[in-house]
Amino acid sequence: MAKVLVVDDSNSIRDMVSFTLKSAGYDTVEAKDGVEGLTKAKSSDFDLVISDVNMPNMDGINLCQELRKLPTFKFTPILMLTTESSGDMKSKGKAAGATGWLVKPFNPDKLLATIKRVV
Amino acid sequence: MDIQALVNEIPDSDQSVVEGIDFISNGKQFLMFNLGSESYAVDILCVEEIRSWEAPTKIPNAPEYVKGVINIRGLIVPIIDFRLKFDICRADYVDSTVVMVLTIDSDTITKTMGFVVDAVSDVIDVDENEIKADSGFVGSIPPENIQGLVNVNDDVVTVLNVKALQYVDNTH
Amino acid sequence: MSVDLSQFIPTFLEESFEGLELMESSLLDLQQGDVETINSIFRAAHSIKGGAGTFGFNHVTEFTHLVETLLDEMRDGRRTIQPTDVELLLQAVDCMRLLIEAIRDGVDYDESKISETASQLETLLQFGATSPVVSSEEHQSSSQTQDLTLWHIEFKPEHHLVQTGNDPLFLFNALRALGELEVHADCSHLPAITVMDAEELYLSWALTLKSNASEQDIREVFEWVEDECELIITTDLTQEAAPTVETSNFEVGLSVQAAASECEQAKSTDKINEPNVSTNPPIVSTEKGLPKNKTEVGSIRVGVDKVDSLINLVGELVITQSMLSELGNDFDISKIERLTSGLEQLLQNTKELQESVMRIRMLPISFAFNRFPRVVHDLSKKTGKEIELVLKGENTELDKTVMEQIGDPLVHLVRNAVDHGIEPLEIRREKGKPDKGTITLDASHEGGNIVIEISDDGGGIKRDDVLAKAIEKGIVEENTVLTDNQVFDLIFEPGFSTAKEISDISGRGVGMDVVKKNIQALGGRVQVESTVDIGSTFRVNLPLTLAILDGQLIRVGDETYIIPLITIVESLQTKPELINRVSGDMVLYRLREDNVPVIPIFQLFNLKAEHESIENSLLVVVEADGQKVGLMVDDLLAQQQVVIKSLKDNYQHVDGISGATILGDGSVAMILDIPGLIQLAISNKMHVSHRNQQQLPEEVEA
Repeated sequence: MAKVLVVDDSNSIRDMVSFTLKSAGYDTVEAKDGVEGLTKAKSSDFDLVISDVNMPNMDGINLCQELRKLPTFKFTPILMLTTESSGDMKSKGKAAGATGWLVKPFNPDKLLATIKRVV
Repeated sequence: MDIQALVNEIPDSDQSVVEGIDFISNGKQFLMFNLGSESYAVDILCVEEIRSWEAPTKIPNAPEYVKGVINIRGLIVPIIDFRLKFDICRADYVDSTVVMVLTIDSDTITKTMGFVVDAVSDVIDVDENEIKADSGFVGSIPPENIQGLVNVNDDVVTVLNVKALQYVDNTH
Repeated sequence: MSVDLSQFIPTFLEESFEGLELMESSLLDLQQGDVETINSIFRAAHSIKGGAGTFGFNHVTEFTHLVETLLDEMRDGRRTIQPTDVELLLQAVDCMRLLIEAIRDGVDYDESKISETASQLETLLQFGATSPVVSSEEHQSSSQTQDLTLWHIEFKPEHHLVQTGNDPLFLFNALRALGELEVHADCSHLPAITVMDAEELYLSWALTLKSNASEQDIREVFEWVEDECELIITTDLTQEAAPTVETSNFEVGLSVQAAASECEQAKSTDKINEPNVSTNPPIVSTEKGLPKNKTEVGSIRVGVDKVDSLINLVGELVITQSMLSELGNDFDISKIERLTSGLEQLLQNTKELQESVMRIRMLPISFAFNRFPRVVHDLSKKTGKEIELVLKGENTELDKTVMEQIGDPLVHLVRNAVDHGIEPLEIRREKGKPDKGTITLDASHEGGNIVIEISDDGGGIKRDDVLAKAIEKGIVEENTVLTDNQVFDLIFEPGFSTAKEISDISGRGVGMDVVKKNIQALGGRVQVESTVDIGSTFRVNLPLTLAILDGQLIRVGDETYIIPLITIVESLQTKPELINRVSGDMVLYRLREDNVPVIPIFQLFNLKAEHESIENSLLVVVEADGQKVGLMVDDLLAQQQVVIKSLKDNYQHVDGISGATILGDGSVAMILDIPGLIQLAISNKMHVSHRNQQQLPEEVEA
């Protein structure tokens, strides 16, 4: 049972991503911003992190950087949820250590197919 | 499963009506009741309970056949007297008088209403196609309230259309 | 497998409304250079856009994108924040609200308002007429080749690939989803164990994939690692290398080839988008709205503390119940004291439980007050008057339904205060008042009610002006003697308000008479106090909850009825000398300066009563709609709180009756609807006089 950390300040997006993953058999843990996400990450092992970029308190890019500093998250796939797919976004993400990105709005089937690349 | 024992339990045609839900039948079950000397029946699934008659709280300026309302477990339920509404027979309120409480489902709402009857009798199993909807029949009850007629032994039983009953309290 | 997300739509809608509220209040407070606020406004818009896109509410996504882009420029500092920009954004928030409401209610919306604001936004952004990017996820995917193609894939990742979190194993798994895969690893570059770094990747692979997927599909799998690897894809059929993206440099930034394929992607995005835009009909009917339920079920957020207190109380109730149950087991008369105290305990538990449960439906009035800064802001602009809004007692709680329905009347009272209360600037200066007018909204609990006061420091109500206008409109007769308060009450009369109301934001129900009606429909009342040049205060008094009523039980004949306590002025034993008969059936009773028409309930309801003549009977004087009447009753019974039960649910509406309740003995009692009763009396030609119809009689000899 792969464990996924879902970080997003929007209740509905979090609910949906979580629901989609759960119905495919994944275990999920949710956090509403980068700070909470980092705390939860420190307390458990995850097979994948899906995080929004725009969040209060700590945004997704920052979260990614912080996670990569943790030994348990050195190789964990971290995917950024973003509405922009500009090159700018990609390079920011990569510089922070992100594994890849998912463009919003996503469709649940697509989400499940895409994460198969990393989990 | 002892087929023979089951066969023995099936009543002969001259026996009185069967009770209970032990049998697998193709029809529905109806509760029979009397208004005066006439026999009627309603779908038993709509029957919530049978209560003995108690004088309800009157509703101001309500028609004569709307006897009032009573409290059933916190719900305010109107009591309608068929005998008066459809002018079937004398309406007496004695010890044996009974109120049949029905839940009536429609697309939009569910209503609970109580109907005064002289007595409640058996539960009958009736096949749907045995109920003859006779459009020529003109009795005291307007046809929209009747599903049809069915023969139970020597009796002719009028099967009421429960869904239509929710309008029976309309004063217009 | 398809996942159904429609169950999350209600959450999304709720969230969006909250986000819009946040955007609105933040915009009203926005100062230049306040980065944090702008950021929060941006995030709210961003969230709504994202959610809308996921559920396919494309019209929302498109519109919100414009808003978001503008906000993005502002938060980046690429654009300074002008007051006109803020106005436009507020307008945009209104539009977004309209769209979301349309989805929630499953109705159409006014396309013209939306497109007008949209084009204003576009102009501001100087985008011209470009079609907004809905989603770039819809890039040209599988141009499915019909036959199975044998693809040859060479995958040579950079050494540090795994540090990005990517793992070739999973990438190949994803490839397997496309077809039959064969993997051959090339270990030739593995260094000696002694120099090998466990965190580096030294392998490369040659793969064959039998699939009817397109090359695009295959490249997509490697999307995230394309800059960190060499990827060569060929087929047996096409030996010329089709677009092979060979990126041998792994510097940050896109290589020319990658850029070229990006352009292609963008172009194809546009192609997909155009049809979308042109097929959007002007009036958008929302089929993706919520399924229409039998009953509209709303929802409430309840603080955990309230739920905990409820659980505790139920616990105590259970203890009391088992104690009583045990008592009942071997009961004899000696235990009577314990029984009595047990029953008292039960009473206590029930009361506390009742209060606690009612509190669940209670929300702080701040939810209703929240719309006022915006209302005052807009009014201030429209009238050119500077207004300061003070909100007090925002934590005062009241029933959710009452709050939902009190919003509009309150808005109207505030509008009234701005329009008629606060004087224009010059006049205020003449009077030596501060330039800014102040309007205060204050909510508090008083007894079992909530009191909301709307005060202004304006010009007050001029008694004589009001009286003159009322006489002019035929509402009162000339030479009528009225107290100050009675004069002020006249402004609530229908026909009093001036026809020229400025077009309001909500566009619903104008007139003080409607305000009063709405408040009374909630079981409350409204009064006004005023001092010339100092200001006016409107006091709205509302019951804390709609479901429970303080009632006076009365008896007429064998029947028990309930009169809402709030309507009762006084009860008295009639004195023959104060009874006057006028024109046949009507009876008037002299109550100080008023002549109060008498309504014989037994007649109205066709009952047999003990007292059928007015002489020496009991009269309960009640008031409704500013009208006093006297109800003839046989007996006054107890006063108690009753739970209002609907008569309409299983039966139908009855004239003169507002509902029913269940008394302590289990029997049903009807609750009288006073205005309805009066109407019934009038229609029964009982000639109950109404101020408009007849002169108030002077002294009439008995």
